[in-house]
Amino acid sequence: MSKFGFTILKDQQLDYDNLSRDLALHIQKTEPSISSCMSCGSCAGSCSASRFTQFSFRKLVINIQRGNDKQIVNEIQKCMLCGKCMLVCPRGVNTRNVIYQLRKVLNEKKHHEV
Amino acid sequence: MKVEGKRRLWQDYQKEVAEDKFFYVRSCIRQTFFPGSERAFIKIIGTELGKEINEDPAHTSCTGIGYHTDIVPFETTQTVVARQFSLMTEAGLENYVPSCITSFGLYTEILETWEHFPLIEEQIRENLYKATQRTFNKPKNLAHASDVIFKFRHEIAAKAKHKLIDVHTGRPLRVVEHIGCHYSKMFPHKGIGGAEYPYVLAGMVEAWGGEVIDYPERRHCCGFGFRQYLVQANRGYSIACSQKKFESMQPYEPDMIITNCPGCPMFLDRWQYVIGEMEKVAYGPNGQMIPVFTYEEVAGLVLGYDPWELGLQMHQVNCEPVLDKMGVQYDPELKYKGSKGEFLGVPAIPEFLKCC
Repeated sequence: MSKFGFTILKDQQLDYDNLSRDLALHIQKTEPSISSCMSCGSCAGSCSASRFTQFSFRKLVINIQRGNDKQIVNEIQKCMLCGKCMLVCPRGVNTRNVIYQLRKVLNEKKHHEV
Repeated sequence: MKVEGKRRLWQDYQKEVAEDKFFYVRSCIRQTFFPGSERAFIKIIGTELGKEINEDPAHTSCTGIGYHTDIVPFETTQTVVARQFSLMTEAGLENYVPSCITSFGLYTEILETWEHFPLIEEQIRENLYKATQRTFNKPKNLAHASDVIFKFRHEIAAKAKHKLIDVHTGRPLRVVEHIGCHYSKMFPHKGIGGAEYPYVLAGMVEAWGGEVIDYPERRHCCGFGFRQYLVQANRGYSIACSQKKFESMQPYEPDMIITNCPGCPMFLDRWQYVIGEMEKVAYGPNGQMIPVFTYEEVAGLVLGYDPWELGLQMHQVNCEPVLDKMGVQYDPELKYKGSKGEFLGVPAIPEFLKCC
């Protein structure tokens, strides 16, 4: 592969027939303020965890909307629940509760699967 | 393939193509990628069909590649294009026929701009006159070279020595037609059949006996796209587009691909080799690739031209499987010999794909 100097990029097309919206609908129900998110990235810019990891709340919201549950499971473990993102959010999204609800539902799902 | 509805849509997008007296302008990159194609076009229109076709050696690049990569400003591009129109005007002609799809799209864009913003046209006329002392008339008829072949497809079919039919089984060849994005995606009414169901290549395939394959990613870009190709590190974007198309068309087992753009045959041809080497996959039968042709090459084969004169040895994917199916006679010994019999060199054998 190295002889070409590039690789084949993975397809980013979303197939909504194969994606689950269950998690997005659950979060909207338990923390309705998430619907106000405009993906400005203020949360990600002020995040303490992002200094040491690749964590981004903005990216997390996109993954919730797209139903990328597998990526969310790993990401939410990086959050320290410090709540700085809540202070800077111009739309008043309760970001900490979003993470809390995600952990709760995904942990329940994990235990259920086990 | 439900053709009834599509035929009705195709009828909504018809365009006028001139009958005779063409001013033909060549493409920058086609002359290096597939030099036999433009020569074949001139031979078909001039010699076979007896039409008047003119060229001017003073013709230059339309700057389309520079324009679409944000290197050349639009005003400069318009002035260069105005100069091309002045060459046509000096030749006393009115029917402008570009070989390149991007040039066709650019000429269309510029003529539309001038129609809606006459002051810009005046400015460009002034720029051209100050720079070169030239004046110009706008073309009365602007048609891509594939439009011209489409117009005369039945005349070509009447002179056909070979059809797009498997001579061994009598089965029509299954053909993937791929239209360049700049043909009608920007200005659907300027293309035969519009943007969603362009008929320009499908009409040729049907007239010459083949069967058009309708597959899910039929209208997807080939991946050329200028920016994602010109920088080597970005070519992953380009090849991902081609890969998506190949994966979509593979279940329909196409015999060949026909294209009408300079970049599309290049990338659909070369990327099959690169994907094969990278991921060890082949999209044709028995570890082979799907042969890719330009519409002039297919028209030339239909008319019985020698495949090596058409430049088919310039393709990465071997064209012989299609030649054998069509019953085209060729001498394998002459494949890599030039017009004077000189040896042109043989390409390296791929590690994974079977090509010979």
